[in-house]
Amino acid sequence: MMQFGIFSVGDVTTDPTNGTTPSEYERIKAILRIALKAEEVGLDVFAMGEHHNPPFVPSSPTTLLGYVAARTERLILSTATTLITTNDPVKIAEDFAMLQHVADGRVDLMLGRGNTGPVYPWFGKDIRQGIPLAIENYALLHRLWREDVVDWQGRFRTPLQSFTSTPRPLDGVPPFVWHGSIRSPEIAEQAAYYGDGFFANNIFWPKEHFQRLIGLYRERFAHYGHGTPEQAYVGLGGQVFMRKNSQDAVREFRPYFDNAPVYGHGPSLEDFMAETPLTVGSPQQVIDRTLAFREHFGDYQRQLFLMDHAGLPLKTVLEQLDILGEEVVPVLRKEFAIGRPSEVPDAPTHASLVARRDAEAARRAESGTRETAGAGESSETGATAETGTRAEGSVPAGSSA
Amino acid sequence: MTTFRLAVVTAGLSRPSSSRLLADRLAEAARRHLGAETEVRVFELRELAADIAANFVTGFPNARLREAIDAVTGADGLIAVTPIFSASYSGLFKSFFDVLDPGALEGMPVLAGATGGTARHSLALEHALRPLFAYLRAVMAPTAVYAASEDWGSAGDPGSGGALTERIDRAGRELAGLVRARPARSPEPEPVVPFEQQLAALRDPA
Repeated sequence: MMQFGIFSVGDVTTDPTNGTTPSEYERIKAILRIALKAEEVGLDVFAMGEHHNPPFVPSSPTTLLGYVAARTERLILSTATTLITTNDPVKIAEDFAMLQHVADGRVDLMLGRGNTGPVYPWFGKDIRQGIPLAIENYALLHRLWREDVVDWQGRFRTPLQSFTSTPRPLDGVPPFVWHGSIRSPEIAEQAAYYGDGFFANNIFWPKEHFQRLIGLYRERFAHYGHGTPEQAYVGLGGQVFMRKNSQDAVREFRPYFDNAPVYGHGPSLEDFMAETPLTVGSPQQVIDRTLAFREHFGDYQRQLFLMDHAGLPLKTVLEQLDILGEEVVPVLRKEFAIGRPSEVPDAPTHASLVARRDAEAARRAESGTRETAGAGESSETGATAETGTRAEGSVPAGSSA
Repeated sequence: MTTFRLAVVTAGLSRPSSSRLLADRLAEAARRHLGAETEVRVFELRELAADIAANFVTGFPNARLREAIDAVTGADGLIAVTPIFSASYSGLFKSFFDVLDPGALEGMPVLAGATGGTARHSLALEHALRPLFAYLRAVMAPTAVYAASEDWGSAGDPGSGGALTERIDRAGRELAGLVRARPARSPEPEPVVPFEQQLAALRDPA
């Protein structure tokens, strides 16, 4: 099964149609309302960005998500992205394990580097070390969630002696990790190495670039013995604005587009729609456009839409979520399921990860030997080498420091 | 006979522009020295001005600009001509080179030209364009051609090498030599450093 959801950047932007700017309080409350709405309309995932500079408010995603956890029952809480470069991996391990317990396992996260140079020194880091920071910090995070007691020494943080990250992950199973990237093959390689997910935030660039990046991830995922390229975990972004009549959608969205952070005051709406996944039109146009992602990138696991930015009023965003949940996603679920090969894995959940771990433990107990990488029996055993070492206390192949 | 591909980038703004005129003359001279099979593609940046600006805003080139960029970076040699504005290349000219990927012009034979109202700005080729192409690790022909208004109607001192036509011919010959001498390029695969190496690099003493 695929997962559908929304991701929010959390920008505080003036509504260009009336000049009003929400206060931080209003924007934060709006984000929370949007998150709850995601569950109400039947979406699977709400993912929150992390930023430490105005005009963005979400500096503390797990605080926001903790609230959402208490007010929802099925929604998976995620991030887009959690900064693996400037956050202490120890604190990430603690925060998200805590959130796992609070949310009964409805938690995963997407790691990213962050591309704003000045943010790094505010946290004692250097953007020129972005990739090495992402690699070392994640290697530590990976161990902290899988080993009860960690001795560690690295380049970017003080050493750890006999450290236990608390709470331990729920059911001994760490949250699933998506590695988000826009341009770096190194991050696709990292995701492939660990058998983690790869989220290509494809909303701002042409598809050819992401076809290369996702192709690389799938190929390297197989190279590291986690399964076939088709069994890798791929997530994609999308950006839509819908009205019943496409002309109405274009007319209403154009001022928000023209003044948007990131791409506003640049290309025309029409040019940007031609070059990127942005779809402004009828629900059917959004359905057609999104279904085409499969042809470009292969069958995939998670589709997140950006719905609440550029100063769109809360009321409009909630209307958009109604359309997305009622008219678009049900069709996408049905259509994406058609012709989806059985070996393509479902989107990971806490339950599926626990089941995979237990099945693996049972298999190991039976055979009495450790599986080797690349056994290639099924989508589940494809990840054997990594999963097999995920039992507490053992050292994952990728993270011996 | 080998077919060479020359790309011509000109940042002239008026129609017709003297920069385009100079670019055509330089291309013709290079073609004369390379052989008749030489393919020449000319890109007037004026026509791509909005696309280049959009690239700055979005971070990627649209299809129209991408075609020009691919043609320029994939050429065997480049002729680049700009009007001199405020003592340097025009902003539009620089903007085109700013949106290229780093390294995209590495080893590219380049013949630079510039136009202006008076000859007093001719050294802009040496203090502005030559450092730009050096930074881009392109290989610039020793002769860069500046055409002031007066050059278009002047024969210069015969035999002194100072006449515009003589400078154009010499520059075209130099570019042809660089193009011919350029080593064959093989398409480079996406560089992937295996993850173990990335981890190991961090474990080595800093």
